[in-house]
Amino acid sequence: MRIPCSRNIKFLVLIPGGWLLCFLIPRLGILNPYVQLVFIYVGINIILATSLNLINGYMGEFSVGHAGFMAVGAYISSLLTVRVIPASWNPYLFPFALVAGGMGAGLVGLIVAVPSFKTRGDYLAIVTLAFNMIVKSVIENIEAIGGPRGLLGMQKMTTLPWVFFWTVVSIWIIRNFVYSNFGRGVLSIREDEIAGELMGVNTRRVKLLGFVISSFFAGIAGGLFAHNLQFINPRVFDILKSTDILIMVYLGGVGSIAGSIIGAGIYTLLLEYLRFLKEWRMVLMPLLLVFLMLFRPRGIMGLREFKGFVPQYYLSAVELWLARRKKEDVAPSH
Amino acid sequence: MSLLHIKNLTHYFGGLCAVNDFNLELESGELLGIIGPNGSGKTTVFNLITGVYRPTGGSIRFRDREISGTRPANITMLGIARTFQNIRLFNNLSVLDNVRIAHFGRTHYSPLEAIFHIGRYQAEEERITDHSLDLLDRFGLADHAETEAKNLPYGMQRRLEIVRALATNPSLLCLDEPAAGMNPSEIQKLMDFIQRIRKEFSLTILLIEHQMRLVMGICERLKVLDFGATIAEGAPEEIRANHKVLEAYLGEEAAE
Repeated sequence: MRIPCSRNIKFLVLIPGGWLLCFLIPRLGILNPYVQLVFIYVGINIILATSLNLINGYMGEFSVGHAGFMAVGAYISSLLTVRVIPASWNPYLFPFALVAGGMGAGLVGLIVAVPSFKTRGDYLAIVTLAFNMIVKSVIENIEAIGGPRGLLGMQKMTTLPWVFFWTVVSIWIIRNFVYSNFGRGVLSIREDEIAGELMGVNTRRVKLLGFVISSFFAGIAGGLFAHNLQFINPRVFDILKSTDILIMVYLGGVGSIAGSIIGAGIYTLLLEYLRFLKEWRMVLMPLLLVFLMLFRPRGIMGLREFKGFVPQYYLSAVELWLARRKKEDVAPSH
Repeated sequence: MSLLHIKNLTHYFGGLCAVNDFNLELESGELLGIIGPNGSGKTTVFNLITGVYRPTGGSIRFRDREISGTRPANITMLGIARTFQNIRLFNNLSVLDNVRIAHFGRTHYSPLEAIFHIGRYQAEEERITDHSLDLLDRFGLADHAETEAKNLPYGMQRRLEIVRALATNPSLLCLDEPAAGMNPSEIQKLMDFIQRIRKEFSLTILLIEHQMRLVMGICERLKVLDFGATIAEGAPEEIRANHKVLEAYLGEEAAE
């Protein structure tokens, strides 16, 4: 083991500990169901914000159709649990239904990535906007899956431990992806696409990967969302939902996983806390955003990262290099 | 067999002829300068060679292989690297990441190994990190490995751009006005630097430059472009005395 162990142990304690807590909370009745529900939404929103941040923050594109991927995942997993999987098997096969939904969304992400080869910036934003509208209209027009009335009959499968599990998985995988060769390729697209391409980055491959991973987790979040609410209809996944996710990303900070978590957390919790303001909370929240953009345009964590999310060898690359070099210098002499 | 063989290369931007019937035969190990007034099509030639533009006509053969129409990343993988006239570093990334990105095509692990950090991931990351740092160290940039590229002083940014290009392991290096914004003593250092990398990496170099001091000092052969057409070619002394070149640079009357 080359990596110093202390922080690994920290995560080895924190993650199962967190999961255990999520598992115990409902059983011990520590928190009332409403608060639990809020935490479920926090988790789902963290998945959505982190996955969107991969495209908008790390790749530097501007996708405004994230709810479209969410819809694909929500409908596929719901159709599976309601129509295909026998009700008694649902608790066991729920993860597979979720993954199937995620894969469906990933496949759609693959298609949406293709226009990004040719166009970027505002124009790609329009493409993703159109994609979101297409998904919504298509679902509205298929009677077999409920059309505009929506789909119901899902069991309440989304529990706090499941949400915690998927949140950790999505953060871990997106973080691993970002700190890899492909992730650096994604960053080079944000920084200077032509220069990246001329340094040998296969930008098409990297874009495909980025979009697939991002939409996969949007699909997972959609599945969790559907099996929490136990009812979905196409209107839930419209542009407004995409905008919500965008706000979380830009509030928390672009190009930062910690930012996505903070953004999703603050946005979700604040909206709940401000319920006493009735309609006015939808005025206050955007106003907060305006001020944020004026004083911190990159969001709370913009382009910065909480060190715990950065792989150790990234943090101490230079020290490790010096250590290895020293060893090499010593080796030939004896 | 020549390393780079360009024949009848022509490029139009709409109705404007940016490069007209450009021919070049570049031997391995040569250092050739391309000069010419602003807007004469020098950078366009680079953009055509590196695949940023697809030529309107003509052929570009690199190591006896047609490369016009190939995607830029693939051309880079064949061994052509370049720098840019206006520095184009990955500004918000560290110096180290700038160089690591240039290893993209020669990092051998799959997306699956990347997202789970398994298999060849760790070893490959170590290999390219070490290689990048070794390279930075050779050019005095290792101390700044963790600095964001945009925070480097101008001269170092220029140097980093060349190091980043070297990290792609090129045999042909295209330098686009590397001396832009440099004073005479810096230019002298740059000349030594170019000679050094040429020897150490056994490079063939194509150099676009405005600074006569630089091109006359290190190029064995020059090509002069004006309005997309090649107006002169030869050793620096010949170019210096060439009537057409003086005309292009100074105007007709002054040349007489």
